[in-house]
Amino acid sequence: MTTMAEKGEHRYILNMGPQHPSTHGVLRVILEMEGEYVMDPQPVLGYGHRMHEKMAESRPWPNFLPNAARMDYLSALIYNHGYVGVVERLAGIEATPRAEYIRVITSELNRLQSHLLWLGVLVLDLGAFTPIMYTFEDREKILDILEDVTGSRLTYCYMRVGGVVRDIDDKFVERTREYISWQRSRMPMYDKLVTGNIIFRKRIEKIGEFNPDMARRYGLTGPVLRGTGIPYDIRRAEPYSVYPEFDFEIPTETTGDCMAAYLVRVREIEQSLRILEQALDKLPAGPAMAKVPKKLKLPAGDACYAVESPRGELVYHLTGDGSDTPYRMKIRVPSFSNLSLLPELCRGMLLSDLCACMGSLDLVIPEIDR
Amino acid sequence: MKDYFALIFTGGKSLIVGMMITLRELFRPVVTVQYPREKLPLSPNYRGHTILIRDEEKPEKHRCISCKMCERECPSNCIDLAGEKREGVKGMVLIKYRLDFTKCSLCGTCVEVCPPNALDFSKVYQHVGFSREDFHYDLLAMVEEDK
Repeated sequence: MTTMAEKGEHRYILNMGPQHPSTHGVLRVILEMEGEYVMDPQPVLGYGHRMHEKMAESRPWPNFLPNAARMDYLSALIYNHGYVGVVERLAGIEATPRAEYIRVITSELNRLQSHLLWLGVLVLDLGAFTPIMYTFEDREKILDILEDVTGSRLTYCYMRVGGVVRDIDDKFVERTREYISWQRSRMPMYDKLVTGNIIFRKRIEKIGEFNPDMARRYGLTGPVLRGTGIPYDIRRAEPYSVYPEFDFEIPTETTGDCMAAYLVRVREIEQSLRILEQALDKLPAGPAMAKVPKKLKLPAGDACYAVESPRGELVYHLTGDGSDTPYRMKIRVPSFSNLSLLPELCRGMLLSDLCACMGSLDLVIPEIDR
Repeated sequence: MKDYFALIFTGGKSLIVGMMITLRELFRPVVTVQYPREKLPLSPNYRGHTILIRDEEKPEKHRCISCKMCERECPSNCIDLAGEKREGVKGMVLIKYRLDFTKCSLCGTCVEVCPPNALDFSKVYQHVGFSREDFHYDLLAMVEEDK
């Protein structure tokens, strides 16, 4: 009698998702398993496809503003920033200096809340429930600050071509400063509770290692790339808005494993706080909205605008044809490239390590499908 | 062998340090809110669905002039309004203002473009209904009821 293993029938297919807490959205991964080992993971995309790019091409350009927030719900303001940036670049409009500072401040707050959520859910994916409660306490403070100025808590539609909708006031500045010192006081606690935890370290150290060469091949960006030692950050490599005026570091690690991506993100929290502090100190007076023609037509031509989202490089490419409707709009999202690494990275890995890997890639599925 | 025991020691220590942090949390003030019974104060700038606001000078009237700017600029086509010409009244009279809140994305374009500033955001955040039609708000009826 032959066993199943001898017949080669020991491989089986396991569907992870589309509804799985560890995929953080409707992502399906078809896993060809051999026992506990993943032999061939294949991501299946498109469950959340809403044709955002086509929507941009079929309606006047201002109508795309609320869409930008719906692609990546965790960094809506940074997506707002990219879109108004590309329209401004194409139409040759300049936002006021105060508006640029407000954009940087709100974007960095948005980045912080995204990193805090990621920190909580990464540890949650690995089986520790407590840290997410602490990160959400911090995150709630940011959401309250942003709600006060933008009016919403997650899907912001705050930036406009030429500036921002509502100017920030002294109360906002004061609350943000309070938050900065609060977050600084919390970081040693996370360091002890999460980074130092032996179980956590064993789960992510030396898991999902890759080298800079592989990262280049897949076009990885963001903290995952910086974890391999390449200091590539759009805020420095291709400076936009008022980022050149701030003094901050690009944290890098060299190991390229999940731990490296983790450490880079945690250190980025501190860098974002530094940018916030400097921006609040330098905040210029003046109007928060520039004079923009009421019926703005997009001139014929192309424009490209890249911003650094919490997950990596986000590029908007806009082609205008003289009307108010874009001729073509292409959005390059970071999570898509970061996810394409998964089949090669996770071959031969334990199923539980795959969850750690996906957690450290920090995928946001609606932005992949968009 | 030495490494093995060192690992057990550092590992055990990290677990105890973590436990101490959670233990300390027990004595800190509670940050959660028992939601339906307790409510947090809402920010004055919160964006709920749009409403027609009253004229400050003539508080019995709303300010809408039925220019249809909001209807035209709305990205989601969720506003449906109509005005009619009446004898003896200057300008148009609003006879219908329906907001399809199922489609609205609260971007605020209508509030920004409104020439007489007749629109504002409400502070309503609890929406409950049994059908889609429950969220087709009649803003004109709302502002008249509110008298």
